[in-house]
Amino acid sequence: MVYITAICLFFAVAITVVVIYFFFKYKRKTPGEVGVPIHGDMRLETIWLVVPLLLSLTMFAGGAVIYVDYRRAPLDTLDIYVIGKQWMWKSQQPTGLREINELHVPVGRNVKLILASEDVIHNFSIPDFRVKMDVVPGHYNTMWFRPTKPGRYHFFCSQYCGTNHALMGGWVTVMEPSDYEAWLSGSSTADTNPVVAGEKLFTEKACATCHLPDGKGRAPSLNGVYEGKVALADGSTVTADDAYLRESILAPNAKIVAGFQPLMPTFQGQLTEEEILALTAYVKSLQSQPVPATGAGVAPAGKK
Amino acid sequence: MHRTGELYGQFETLDQQRESASLGMWVFLVTEVLFFGGMFMTYTLNRSMYPEIFGEASRSINLTLGAINTIVLIGSSLTMAMSVWAAQVGKKQLVTIFLILTLILGSVFLGIKGVEYHEKFVEHHVPGLNFNFEPGSDAGTNAHAQLFFSLYFAMTGLHALHMIIGAGLLIWLIKESFKGRFNTEYSTPVDLVGLYWHFVDIVWIFLFPLLYLIDRH
Amino acid sequence: MPREHYLNATYGIRSWLLTTDHKRIALLYLVSVTFFFFIGGTFASLIRIHLLTPGGYLVTPETYNKLFTMHGVAMIFFFLIPSIPAVLGNFLIPMMIGAKDLAFPKINLLSWYIYLVGGCFVLYSFATGGLDTGWTFYTPLSSVYSNSAVTPAVIGIFINGFSSILTGLNFIVTVHTMRAPGMTWFRLPLFVWAHYATSIIFILGTPVIAITLLLAGLERMLHLGFFNPVLGGDPILFQHLFWFYSHPAVYIMILPAMGVISEIIPTFARKPIFGYSFIAGSSIAIAVIGFFVWAHHMFLTGESAYAALTFSFLSYLVAIPSAVKTFNWTSTLYKGSISWETPMLYGLGFIGLFLIGGLTGLFLACLGVDIHLHDTYFVIAHFHYIMVGGAVMGYVGGLHFWWPKITGRLYPEGLAKTAAVTLFVGFNLTFFPQFILGYLGMPRRYHSYPPEFQVFNVMSTAGASILALGYLLPMIYLTWSMRYGKVAGPNPWPATGLEWKTASPPLTENFDVTPEVNWEPYDFDNRHDLGLDVKGHPSLAPAHGDD
Repeated sequence: MVYITAICLFFAVAITVVVIYFFFKYKRKTPGEVGVPIHGDMRLETIWLVVPLLLSLTMFAGGAVIYVDYRRAPLDTLDIYVIGKQWMWKSQQPTGLREINELHVPVGRNVKLILASEDVIHNFSIPDFRVKMDVVPGHYNTMWFRPTKPGRYHFFCSQYCGTNHALMGGWVTVMEPSDYEAWLSGSSTADTNPVVAGEKLFTEKACATCHLPDGKGRAPSLNGVYEGKVALADGSTVTADDAYLRESILAPNAKIVAGFQPLMPTFQGQLTEEEILALTAYVKSLQSQPVPATGAGVAPAGKK
Repeated sequence: MHRTGELYGQFETLDQQRESASLGMWVFLVTEVLFFGGMFMTYTLNRSMYPEIFGEASRSINLTLGAINTIVLIGSSLTMAMSVWAAQVGKKQLVTIFLILTLILGSVFLGIKGVEYHEKFVEHHVPGLNFNFEPGSDAGTNAHAQLFFSLYFAMTGLHALHMIIGAGLLIWLIKESFKGRFNTEYSTPVDLVGLYWHFVDIVWIFLFPLLYLIDRH
Repeated sequence: MPREHYLNATYGIRSWLLTTDHKRIALLYLVSVTFFFFIGGTFASLIRIHLLTPGGYLVTPETYNKLFTMHGVAMIFFFLIPSIPAVLGNFLIPMMIGAKDLAFPKINLLSWYIYLVGGCFVLYSFATGGLDTGWTFYTPLSSVYSNSAVTPAVIGIFINGFSSILTGLNFIVTVHTMRAPGMTWFRLPLFVWAHYATSIIFILGTPVIAITLLLAGLERMLHLGFFNPVLGGDPILFQHLFWFYSHPAVYIMILPAMGVISEIIPTFARKPIFGYSFIAGSSIAIAVIGFFVWAHHMFLTGESAYAALTFSFLSYLVAIPSAVKTFNWTSTLYKGSISWETPMLYGLGFIGLFLIGGLTGLFLACLGVDIHLHDTYFVIAHFHYIMVGGAVMGYVGGLHFWWPKITGRLYPEGLAKTAAVTLFVGFNLTFFPQFILGYLGMPRRYHSYPPEFQVFNVMSTAGASILALGYLLPMIYLTWSMRYGKVAGPNPWPATGLEWKTASPPLTENFDVTPEVNWEPYDFDNRHDLGLDVKGHPSLAPAHGDD
């Protein structure tokens, strides 16, 4: 940003100075005076077309690098689920500990926020960290950051979402790792770990009747699926990320796993956002389970 | 209403007037392409996201009626082109006859459309009114099927509206043609309405396969 | 002043409301767009007053949200987009090309009536509960959750779109078929090139917003699911469709103003514009490339990184033609004979403010930086610098430049210069602090804000009061001058365009004899008819005088 500011400041000042200088230097002296007829100059035109173009490309490149890095969260992140709704934020730590309009994170770790909306489009923004991301209903969006300094930092909703859009903010508290652990365990565990809640739902909603772990059911085994490569019926391959898991629950016929029939009913309208997040958390927790030789939802190891 | 063939005040020559009218109609048709284009884009995107349900919904609309309508509309474009030709060779009576035929065929199209809409109403496929795609189907299927039908009615409805406007223009043209106004020197209104009519036909030629012909076995 | 001209050729309200004279239609538009400017300006004033305190105690949150929404809708659709094309474009384009009127005068009048009907729907929306979705109407907030008068507003904007489309159609056909003998494409004034480029955007872009709003309106009325995820739709699809028009729309708002500046600077420097073909080509380039950058409004929606990279790159490309223009305007001043009259002050003000607005766009096009600045006051400052500092300055400057032609009168020069400076100062005081606010993280569309942002908000509101004065002054003295201003001759500046060869005010049919053009544009050095010291010869005829 400093680079861009410098370039822009340079051109802004330079052109302003030149304009003002010409304005005074060439002020009309006699009423009938005309200016010198200069129609143009190809060299100048070329210069001031090419130079701004090259400068623009450098600005583009610098920003692109930052952005691409921002959109690809590293693998070893502390995942926190954040739900936005009119007009508050609910977040849930991996242990299940919930917060409203607050977010506690440890310093020095990569933190990934998985964002979901219960109603309209919101945006979770932490200006001091220079990060924000839209929170779109019907989609998952993720954002990541690495806090470097303990303290309390404002977060805001940055996408107009109705009456109390301006009041939909809160505080990110960055703590030393030991303080963070203490805070996590110190609170009451009346909140259920999302993985545990997800496991319960997995049985209640009869997912378990088809998705047998040994791959012998009517549906692929979910062991080891998360972040693995899935071979689809149409020959393509897809990575089973958070969005894939969510889509598989809400629009199961969008992508059929190779070797299986399109039998799964959609759970659209039957699960709340919290329940979908819980199921997703549970399926993610099966990542370390042994993948069966046949009937797996994911390509066998070696193909990864 | 100016007597046809007279030079309007802002123009210098009849040629300039004719050229302007023609260019004006072409520019207008470009805006119509973009207008329908937005909906075509929406439809295409949604179809690629929900191919099975869109396929199923598409199979439930009446292919026979749609096909008949396609032939009817292409036929009406033929008769429209014939009336333009007739004006160019100075056969004034033929102009009127072909215009009337075009109007008839256009009305047949609208009538058949009405029958199709009625069919959809009876089957509870009209979003916003009484929509229920398949009794007992889950919320997801219903929602996506409703999306198909919303687009179906929006796109064919907008098209039908353009046809009705075209029919109105044809009625006006027939009246003028009956008075013998169109001849070799002056046939601008016929040419322009012809352009408009052909455009509306082309929109249908895209609509028909997109809506009726996906996933037919 | 000529005895009979377009203003007094016929009398009575019917002769105005049923006119097909492009000049009278331009004045009809002048009145209506000024009306909407007042409405939008009133909302803006209330917003700035409300934001004096962090708690925001002037109005309720619901009302505040309606204020910024209605400010945007009124200003963008009913003031900025029509302003220069419908007022100055309508008035001048036929005269600039040597024609008696536009190609389709009745359609021109129809455009105005369609504008009025659209305006009525929107006013109805404002009056029956207002609109609180933001002018961007993002779904599902607008189509499902909002409890305000969304439907009439959406209908009104939909209808108004056809006014734009017909105006654009009229301009394109006119420029193609109605040029006088000898008026080749490269002899056209740059004002005409600018409006031609703008008209391309009118006809290609406006239909898309029309269909988008139609679908959103249907969704709201019939509970359909195009953009509602609960019903299988996609809110991001709405954004793509919306911005596909609304980004080119900003070029609709700025290109005509650039056209005005391209007329003013050569006139008051008394030399040809530097790089005519580059300025003409840049206008077309901006219109074309401008259609390919829309998703730079969506970098943070979760769209694919590849899409974001493409749109960021293209957004930098679209900045280049504007840079070329700025360099060309500046170079036109070199070795000119510059007078400091009011239109020139607006011209220079435009260059300075557009420069800042455009350069700050580079920040936003930069993906990494946009993460921080998206949806903050930085964005608001950026677009106001271009819309107000650029487009409105161009409009007001153009009004002053062609005022003698339109009314046959001169406005009071001293007062006009004062107003121009007031406007410039007030504008900067209002909007520069907002760049800082945005950088510090203050989000936009906030009815109340954390206390640390108050200082800059107060500065901004103080500036706004000066800005308001800068707008009120011209409204007063321009109106005053219509009756009491000094009589202007046909070409008071003088300027080189064909329009200045007509009387002030012009005859209804503009020219009594169709002109034949055999001179290049802005060719001060060879125009012996302007009464200037051309090639050392003394003037042979007085430069000013009555016809």
